Amino acid sequence: MTALLSIVSISLGCLFFLAGSVGLLRFPDTLTRLHALTKADNLGLGLIMVGLLPHVAWPFGVFKLVLVWVLVLISSAAVSQLVGRRVRGERKE
Amino acid sequence: MNAELIFGVLLAGLILALASYVILGRNRFATTVGFVAYGLVLSLGWMVLAAPDVALTEAALGSGVTGALLLAACHKLRNDHARPSGPFLKLIAMILCGVLTAALIAVVLNLPEPPPSLAETAMEPLKSTGLGNPVTATLMAYRALDTMLEKVVLLLSLVAVWSLAPDRCWGGRPAFGYAAERGGPLLFLARVLIPSGVVVGIYLFWVGADAPGGAFAGGAVISAMAILGFWAGVSQPPAVSSLSLRGILVIGIVVFLVVGYCGYLWNSSFLSYPEAFAKPIIVVIEVAMTASIAATLAMLVAGPPGTSLRR
Repeated sequence: MTALLSIVSISLGCLFFLAGSVGLLRFPDTLTRLHALTKADNLGLGLIMVGLLPHVAWPFGVFKLVLVWVLVLISSAAVSQLVGRRVRGERKE
Repeated sequence: MNAELIFGVLLAGLILALASYVILGRNRFATTVGFVAYGLVLSLGWMVLAAPDVALTEAALGSGVTGALLLAACHKLRNDHARPSGPFLKLIAMILCGVLTAALIAVVLNLPEPPPSLAETAMEPLKSTGLGNPVTATLMAYRALDTMLEKVVLLLSLVAVWSLAPDRCWGGRPAFGYAAERGGPLLFLARVLIPSGVVVGIYLFWVGADAPGGAFAGGAVISAMAILGFWAGVSQPPAVSSLSLRGILVIGIVVFLVVGYCGYLWNSSFLSYPEAFAKPIIVVIEVAMTASIAATLAMLVAGPPGTSLRR
């Protein structure tokens, strides 16, 4: 049962990563590329993390995995904001 | 063909492709970003080779800190359009790299099967250090002098960076601050990430005794947090004449030397640890080294002093 959950979750996560990468390569400008990247990466990484949870030691392994995801969420959100602001600022000029 | 081999070949191909992009690319900023990606993929390669310590160091230093240094250099050179090196220089570099690669390939292909190993013999005496991680034990026992000299080299590089300061700025703070806008997302990131990042850094150093990690990886993470703090404007880089800064910069080497000379008292040789206290002494050295490494790396990225003390 947990194996099935892991397989489904990790495969879905990989699918999101794939979609994000395709979006990054195919979308026309920086803001849409950011949109593709952040949505897909956050969800993709989250799903892969959920898939790996049953295979790590309780409680510290689980805590570490969740922490990695939360840290990535925070930094990728902040960095996309910075990139987005930069792009908007340049457009106004 | 098994899955592991296919993955290995793909990974090696990706590393080679990224390396070629970094060398052949024309855009300075894009190749720097490529270099960071190259470092991360390379650390994945080290993980595949079951060398997590090397992978951590590569990711933290080879990719993270070096990437930050290169980005800072990129920013300073943004108005500089120096002409690229001539064909003669490129030819020499190509020949030298080719010879080195050929020699490495020859060595790897001619390894006897099974490869000779001294691992068993080397591991036996390391048990007395009380460390669970053989990499840390080797660095602190067999290679203690090298580990100390690495810190000296790191400090020398900082001296070289500081010596680039103009005379009127000497003693001042590094003029580090290319965040165009203070506040906003960067401030949020600094406030959330710095406390947890410092804890992660200390954890990495502490766990290095028994698991992959150690002073370099932990120090690099802590230095990254310091750089984020400078960048977001929540703290300022200290003035290079500050005594407490200089104290932190040298404390790793000082503790190492003191312990080294004390070795004459205990076992009449330089850098030998008394059997009963090997682990506590090593932990003390590592704490001092982590502090020194973190401070040195952060000040390296912050660059030479650019503002004078008295303005």
